[in-house]
Amino acid sequence: MYEKDLQEFEPVIGLETHVELGTASKMFCGCATEFGAEPNTHTCPVCLGLPGALPVVNEKAIESTIRIGLALHCDIATWCRFARKNYFYPDMPKNFQTSQYDEPLCTDGYLDVDVEGSVVRVPIERVHLEEDTGKTLHVGGSTGRIHGATHSLVDYNRAGIPLVEIVTKPVVGTGQQAAAVAKAYVTELRDVLRGLDVSDIRMEQGSMRCDVNTSLNRPGEPWGTRTETKNVNSLRSVERAVRSEVERQAVLLRSGGRITQETRHFHEDSGTTSPGRSKEEATDYRYFPEPDLVPIAPDPDWVGALKAVLPEAPSVRRKQLLAQLGLSDLDAQAMVNAGVLDLVLATTEAGAPAAEARNWWLGSLAQAANTQGVEASELAITPAQVARVVELVAAGDLTAGLAKQVVDGVLAGEGSPDEVIGSRGLAVVKDEGALTEAVEAALAADPEAAEKVRGGKVQAVGALVGRVMKQTRGQADAAAVRALLLEKLGVSDS
Amino acid sequence: MPDITRDEVAHLARLARLALDDAELDRLAGELEVILGAVAQIAEVTDAADVPPTTHAVPLENVTRPDVIVPSLPRDTVLAAAPAAEDGRFRVPQILTDES
Repeated sequence: MYEKDLQEFEPVIGLETHVELGTASKMFCGCATEFGAEPNTHTCPVCLGLPGALPVVNEKAIESTIRIGLALHCDIATWCRFARKNYFYPDMPKNFQTSQYDEPLCTDGYLDVDVEGSVVRVPIERVHLEEDTGKTLHVGGSTGRIHGATHSLVDYNRAGIPLVEIVTKPVVGTGQQAAAVAKAYVTELRDVLRGLDVSDIRMEQGSMRCDVNTSLNRPGEPWGTRTETKNVNSLRSVERAVRSEVERQAVLLRSGGRITQETRHFHEDSGTTSPGRSKEEATDYRYFPEPDLVPIAPDPDWVGALKAVLPEAPSVRRKQLLAQLGLSDLDAQAMVNAGVLDLVLATTEAGAPAAEARNWWLGSLAQAANTQGVEASELAITPAQVARVVELVAAGDLTAGLAKQVVDGVLAGEGSPDEVIGSRGLAVVKDEGALTEAVEAALAADPEAAEKVRGGKVQAVGALVGRVMKQTRGQADAAAVRALLLEKLGVSDS
Repeated sequence: MPDITRDEVAHLARLARLALDDAELDRLAGELEVILGAVAQIAEVTDAADVPPTTHAVPLENVTRPDVIVPSLPRDTVLAAAPAAEDGRFRVPQILTDES
């Protein structure tokens, strides 16, 4: 349906990405930003908006935002201000959010993303700095949702954490690739931000969140009315949100209906969106320059110095690593498509040979991600752990079959590879006595196979190997067993 | 040219969560019109002279603090000032009513 819809309509997409910066303290006060603390233990008069409290800008947050802007090829403002965005909602105790309005820190950049083998340039409108809001818990409704709730409980630990908003310009001309471009952009942006080390980027903890704007128009007609799908919180969902909105809007437009400009909520379970509140006009927020803060005027020399030491773009680093590792473009493309390229590279950096790292991530781990319906990067196994498994196999401590079981254990949350080996008792049987015993038992149990092997039919040894493996519950090294069997039977392997 | 309508005043009152009756709306529309007229007069002069808007009474820039954690308030103190609290959180009335 999506493919057919995009033959009839042209999509215009836009992405607003919010990223919590990894500063130690909040944007305008010294409260800690640590995730998972007891509710309301990281608050003070400033982030609670108590009368008379005065905010002071966190210099690290300014530096991080400028570095993000530079990495996205933006112009950095020489002078800009914060603004008050006024609204009444209990997630901000001040009744306004300190943000930036018409004077963002960074403007006019771009990010090149790789989509199905070609480069798409996503234009960046702005990067600005604001503060995150508190977390609300809705009580009394059936599902914990705001609808039907009798009251809400608010935790302001998150209120005031520095939040960077990265806004694209409308992305046009992507056609069938619209959903893939949206996902590739957010993925690449995440990698850029990780490379800059400005945020830990845990989408599942909400430290990176996306709003996805979508509209459709018939070729040659003006852009359609857009909807904004809020809080899309995984890479996979970014793609699904675009697909779902394209399909919903196409049905409406085809039947002569109109699209309402509104905020929509994305539902992870069904992959569809439902309407939220209708969109306020920007003027309804009555933005004005924040009187409690003075302007920010980044020294061009400082900006130049920050630019000089920016890390290499992930796309460049990737190409270099691939070349070093001798992986082909075809391999690279397969890994990009499966969302495992960086994981493979990280696994090689942790010491695994490229081929082994590639096989794990493109093989059983990609399968596991698919089964669980998550990105490979969201699996409960780290590149370092994969490298450890590879190392154990190379050392002969694990067989291929055992390694798979170890990885399954790690994926199931049973701990590190070594912990899983310990708790599941998965080490290779290296005890020569036990192995010899198993080999002799196998020969005694299947004299027919033994005779065939002696007679020159070497492949018949497979049945005997199988018996030994069964007896050792898969914990023997099959190659070693085979060699041992052939030796006992006086046959050379050729 | 300032020309604020009664509807606009009603809209602003709604955004500011102010309950204004008809008499108040009429009165405030008139008063705001006068205030906006005064501001427009100043704007005429400053626009003609190309004067940049004043940002702050004190001409300062780049007042920042290092990224250092300072102890927060004890939670009991924080919640003691709240009209209602529950489970260590601020308790607030229903956010969405039937009309919203």
